[in-house]
Amino acid sequence: MSRVEEKGKKSRLKLFVPLAFFMTFCILLYVGLFMESKKELPSALLNDPVPEFSLPTLKKPTETVTQADLKGQVYLLNVWGSWCPACKVEHPYLVKLAKKGVRIIGLSYKDEDADALRWLQRLDDPYEFNIVDKEGRLGVNLGVYGAPETFLVDKNGIIRYKHVGIVDPRVWVEILKPKYERLQKDAIQ
Amino acid sequence: MSFLTRFFMTRSALIRTLAAIAVVFMFSSAQAAVIDNYKFEDTAQQDQFFRLNNELRCPQCQNQSIADSNAPIAQDLRREVHRMIVEEEADDDTIIQFMLDRYGDFVLYKPRISGKTAALWFGPVVLLLIGLFVLFGLVRKHRPESSNETLDEEDKAELDKILGGKD
Repeated sequence: MSRVEEKGKKSRLKLFVPLAFFMTFCILLYVGLFMESKKELPSALLNDPVPEFSLPTLKKPTETVTQADLKGQVYLLNVWGSWCPACKVEHPYLVKLAKKGVRIIGLSYKDEDADALRWLQRLDDPYEFNIVDKEGRLGVNLGVYGAPETFLVDKNGIIRYKHVGIVDPRVWVEILKPKYERLQKDAIQ
Repeated sequence: MSFLTRFFMTRSALIRTLAAIAVVFMFSSAQAAVIDNYKFEDTAQQDQFFRLNNELRCPQCQNQSIADSNAPIAQDLRREVHRMIVEEEADDDTIIQFMLDRYGDFVLYKPRISGKTAALWFGPVVLLLIGLFVLFGLVRKHRPESSNETLDEEDKAELDKILGGKD
């Protein structure tokens, strides 16, 4: 085989270099496209305790609760507001979960108490009680950036998972329920 | 004279109209967002506040800084930044760490250097180097093989003919 022929082969291979670059670019864009559509930020507080707070509850505004009062049982901390349309979509399923015995504590996030109370009266109340965070300071400490968000907290008050967006049957069965049950099992042992 | 013209010509009607307009504006301003009114002890704090607000990214809107955005979460974060500056006299690093702890790398417009962000920081330099390498290769390839080529007698004669004997 002559040297010229070998050289020709090499330069023909070189022609594919731009294509390789283009394909890499396409793959990156494709991956980026679906990363963006998930629109989820990782929870920075994962495996950290629920931040300290001392806030009133919705139904008994004179009483305050702190992070210590929540300990002892596994629970879902659901961040919601009557101003939030997605929360309304989520609400009936939370009611269903509460009836099944799932412990849900609400965080009435940047809402008017009267509106929140009216909402619970009209749409049923799945919450053990609601923490009132009118200014959104606990929200900031929890890394909340929208509603609804649902945190899964273990019996020691450590955040084990955060779900952004509505909790529907799919999210519950596929993601939250297995984690919730595992934590409950750990709590009994 | 129509009813409307007569209505507007009387003085009390004019006042009534102005009052109506005032009411409309009053309600429209009540609908608009509340404008933040922050107080600072000195201009250094104020500068720090504005600088940080422009460096921090709003977690909800994703393509605006918290200074830019009027989303509720951006308002909350501005308030936190203000509180930390005025009450705690916190420096930039403390405030940025506070935000990082809660919202992760996402809140920074200028990402930290870490394994995850290495491609962001060093990718452009690597691409530039590749470009220079390719350019260098091309230039070398297209350079004439030998520049000290000597002319033989025939060429010299030809050249002299073209130049008309000059030089």
